[in-house]
Amino acid sequence: MFITYTNPVYEYKKSPDQSATEIVHHPVIVVGAGPVGMGAALDLGQYGNDVLVLDDNNTVSVGSRAVCYSKRALEVLDRLGCAERMIEKGVTWNVGKIFFRDELVTQFDLLPEAGHKIPAFINLQQYYLEEYMVDRLNELDTVETRWKNKVSAVEQNDDIVNVTVDTPDGEYQLSCDWLIVADGANSDVRAMMGLESTGKVFKDRFLIADIVMKAGFPPERWFNFDPSYHRGQSTLLHRQSDDVWRLDFQLGWDKDPEEEKKPENVIPRVKAMMGDDVDFELEWASVYTFQCRRMERFRKGRVLFTGDAAHQVSPFGARGANSGLQDTDNLIWKLKLVMEQKAPLKLLDTYCDEREFAADENIMNSTRATDFITPKSAASKSFRDATLELSKRFEFARKLTNSGRLSDTAFLLDSTLNTPDENSFEGDMVPGAVMSDAPVSGQNGEQWLLDSLGNHFTCLIFVNSADDISLSQLEVLETLQQDKIKLVPLVVMTGQAKTTIDEIHTLLDTGGISKQRFDALSGTTYLVRPDQHVCARWRSLDADKVRQSMLRATANL
Amino acid sequence: MELNTDPNFFHPGIKMFRAYRAGDDFYEALIEMHRDLTDEDSQRVNARLILLLANQIGDLSVLQQAMDAARNDI
Repeated sequence: MFITYTNPVYEYKKSPDQSATEIVHHPVIVVGAGPVGMGAALDLGQYGNDVLVLDDNNTVSVGSRAVCYSKRALEVLDRLGCAERMIEKGVTWNVGKIFFRDELVTQFDLLPEAGHKIPAFINLQQYYLEEYMVDRLNELDTVETRWKNKVSAVEQNDDIVNVTVDTPDGEYQLSCDWLIVADGANSDVRAMMGLESTGKVFKDRFLIADIVMKAGFPPERWFNFDPSYHRGQSTLLHRQSDDVWRLDFQLGWDKDPEEEKKPENVIPRVKAMMGDDVDFELEWASVYTFQCRRMERFRKGRVLFTGDAAHQVSPFGARGANSGLQDTDNLIWKLKLVMEQKAPLKLLDTYCDEREFAADENIMNSTRATDFITPKSAASKSFRDATLELSKRFEFARKLTNSGRLSDTAFLLDSTLNTPDENSFEGDMVPGAVMSDAPVSGQNGEQWLLDSLGNHFTCLIFVNSADDISLSQLEVLETLQQDKIKLVPLVVMTGQAKTTIDEIHTLLDTGGISKQRFDALSGTTYLVRPDQHVCARWRSLDADKVRQSMLRATANL
Repeated sequence: MELNTDPNFFHPGIKMFRAYRAGDDFYEALIEMHRDLTDEDSQRVNARLILLLANQIGDLSVLQQAMDAARNDI
């Protein structure tokens, strides 16, 4: 059925672990080689930690499935060394248009300002994303991926997790210190452990049709409320790579999913939407329902749940895979500090606190979008339609129109890892925010601020010129680098003078953008976590305060 | 005074980081107000709500502009 893509087959190979006389122990095992599981594995493997990935299948996603990848998820993937191919292959888009009864009522631009390396969104079939991640995993000696390895039992005590794995050669045993679960919305591991993900089921069905066509539509997201060709329902049109277009049709609850996905029923719907004379081939069709739900706690002892296994949202808003990649971004640096015994176990509980908060926000936003798109009462529908009618004329109604609040990052304002501000700042770079990107220049010419951070804590210091840093402050920076948890100073010069400081990584602000985004005065200092979240900031550099905030940010206080 | 048709929802004293958030908070509360009501009761609640909000606004010139905008194209 697939015209544009052939799924690769990753060979099952019998591992020596399967015939070992004693159970082989691994520090970390990841269950599931989807985007989230591979994100975890890459984050560990790329920085030298051994990790074993088990997947019950032997290929990437069958069908395009998750197609919208957000700026933040791509920034994480960029850190993991695989975003470039995705952006190159994917369709970059920033503009969404909303139609009501065939008339354009509003449009939005998701990245209205310049000065970011990564675009607001790309559309890319999930199989490409996964294929590129597998290729990246295979570059790393630290990561072993075992295909056709299905976890069939999990047991744990305070010290160890025991895992039973089923393969074409039968079952075998493994053990690990930590088990990262990324086996999707219907997580088998979650079920095996008797844990639940609870929430709300939406009584509606949507048909996805991927069609191949040459069409001159721009790369934009087109959402249609109550179009003439599909009365009383909604549709969505999105372009993917290879001239594949994603069409979504809201069907209502009473439709039979098996009937609806038959080509003879899909094709007339496509023709009604795209026009009779449009030349297309149907590549893939699927009918889905959805739920908004999450686990009560994302950690159970030595087992850590991530992505859809931990939380599930309705698809409007692209908050599924994108939030899963933010889970592992949040988790892995904490897990590494715990494994290195540089932070206490309770640091892992902050993974739960922070990502459960983010999951709640994602669930809230996607529930609201779903309620707007599929109103369930006469009153709700009349407000929805009134909003759309008024949006033709009034800006306030355009802003209320909700076709999905597309994936953005949570501001972790209440995180216990933050140090509360003692000075006042303008802008959004509050403790708990994901740090903004900005163009800068360094020794190798033009570059990006986010690319200049490593996989460690960064002490980001803005100064007008090198003269604004004293000898004693340089000594402070020197001592910070020798602390037990890696902290690297990074200086951004915001003035005109192109100077550098010996032994300190120095960048020049380009066009005042970073200065403005961080509300930087000379001396302004930010402490940034390995996952690029701001956790403290001051108007001047004070080593004792930085140290104290480092202790707090690693749950060592 | 001119009728304000720009986005104007806010939480007093709380900084919002997403432009859509306060409006969505309002919209959810509005739909929640109607939960489990019959259509007839929903209409009664809506009428009461309009009267309460109209009194809050008070300025008859603004109210007249809002009524004109609401009635337009019907």
